[in-house]
Amino acid sequence: MERTCDCCPNPAVVHETLVHNGVKTEVHLCAEHAAERGYILPTATGPSLIATKLVEKASATAARAVKTCPNCGMTMQSLRESGLVGCATCYRHFEEELGTLIERTQDGATAHVGRHPSQVSSLIDRAAARNRISRELREAVSREEYERAARLRDELLALGTSDTSGETAMGEVRP
Amino acid sequence: MSSQPTPLADAAMAPLGDCVLSSRVRLARNLVGFAFVNRSSPEQLADIVHRVQSVRLGGPFEGGARWVNVQGTSPADRLLLFERNLISRPFVEATHPRCAAISADESTSVMVNEEDHLRLQMLAPGMQLRELSDRMFAFDGAVERSLEYAFHPRFGYLTACTTNVGTGIRVSAMLHLPALSMVQELERVQRAAKELHLAIRGFHGEGTDALGDFYQVSNQKTLGRSERDIVEEFAGSIVPQFVEYERAARRVLLERDAAALDDRVHRALGILRSCRLLSLEEAIKFLARVRLGVALGRIDHIPIALVNRLLLEVQPAHLARATGTSIGNGRDDRAPRAELVRNSLR
Ligand SMILES: [Zn+2]
Ligand SMILES: [Zn+2]
Repeated sequence: MERTCDCCPNPAVVHETLVHNGVKTEVHLCAEHAAERGYILPTATGPSLIATKLVEKASATAARAVKTCPNCGMTMQSLRESGLVGCATCYRHFEEELGTLIERTQDGATAHVGRHPSQVSSLIDRAAARNRISRELREAVSREEYERAARLRDELLALGTSDTSGETAMGEVRP
Repeated sequence: MSSQPTPLADAAMAPLGDCVLSSRVRLARNLVGFAFVNRSSPEQLADIVHRVQSVRLGGPFEGGARWVNVQGTSPADRLLLFERNLISRPFVEATHPRCAAISADESTSVMVNEEDHLRLQMLAPGMQLRELSDRMFAFDGAVERSLEYAFHPRFGYLTACTTNVGTGIRVSAMLHLPALSMVQELERVQRAAKELHLAIRGFHGEGTDALGDFYQVSNQKTLGRSERDIVEEFAGSIVPQFVEYERAARRVLLERDAAALDDRVHRALGILRSCRLLSLEEAIKFLARVRLGVALGRIDHIPIALVNRLLLEVQPAHLARATGTSIGNGRDDRAPRAELVRNSLR
């Protein structure tokens, strides 16, 4: 039977028996917790069990840190691989990343022009978008990206002037 | 399945009908409150189907919609709808819950759970993009009153693929460019199209080659320009330019060697009138040549509408239905196809 780590449910890769004042203590640690406690793990030339576990662990940790859409669980990586966005929330959650991607697939276009739904909710969205685009515009100017700044300015104009009193209250709040 | 000819085949004297087989306008839309099709479970997809089927679609569906439960439809019937340009190839082949609404006159279809929750599509013979888009925007507005669309103030109408985002509009024209092909100008035309950011595909969409010199030209960019601008550029500039170019090539062919052109189109007609085995590829190739002869007035007594109709009827699912046979698995349908064409062009 495989022993699990003393600190977590992962399989232990370091097994040590410590004797202190005549009392025997067994220590079992997974690769990560072993490294944390200063154990130097053997660096095998081949793909040792420990190395494999370490890689697995590292990627699992990285995956936890990856931004995922709170609605559908999509990540930018799987979005790029499939070429498909998962849901409407993805567009808000990954707005910056998608903005760049869309600019490339849409021949430099960054914002919608044309028909739009008549629902009131879209007015509130417009106020929030104006705030976001204003911020990007300031950033673009400070980075001297003038072409991009010009496009963002056009976007801002296309969104129209403030038509909801909620604009300042929206601030930088992101959905 | 209705036995009436599709609007495409009725292109007797459609606008620019000598060079334009059909026009199409398509809108991609998604519903608020559901993940896109690629992230939805079969249960959620079935919910979307029910949701859409519960509303009155209006517009071209005023007289009632024919709903096709694509999942429960035989492969032959699905293929028939595909050949009639009412549903897409991926929609034929998918396995998840989906359905399509088809208007009585077959001018309009709505695919539910294609790549997007909704794909609204309208078709007309010849060059009618302005008329189609007016009708489409009215229809879209009517649907939006019953179903809330996913929309983002910056990105516009949200779609599963970023290549459709913004307006969600795809306008296209099916062009017949045989003379440009004969004078070997097609490569230049294709280069020009790429520079204009147009997509060019063959007879049956992506991945098919230019069988019979039919080319479907469509816009690639959906963001940053209004629907009106996109339609106007297509209807007012792009398509007329292709047509002008093709007509000029036809004049060149006639001036240069009318006998050679006559031989080519009449030889094609001769083959179609006398063959005993006819593959699909041959049928389209020779019908396309006859179509050129008819359009130029070099072939009498054959209406262009008949040629258009045959281009449809020689396709496998149509042929199988007409002859009461089943399709698929390498079944040889060359003999019935030859018979159909022979009898029609007698
Ligand atoms: Zn551990
Ligand atoms: Zn999502």
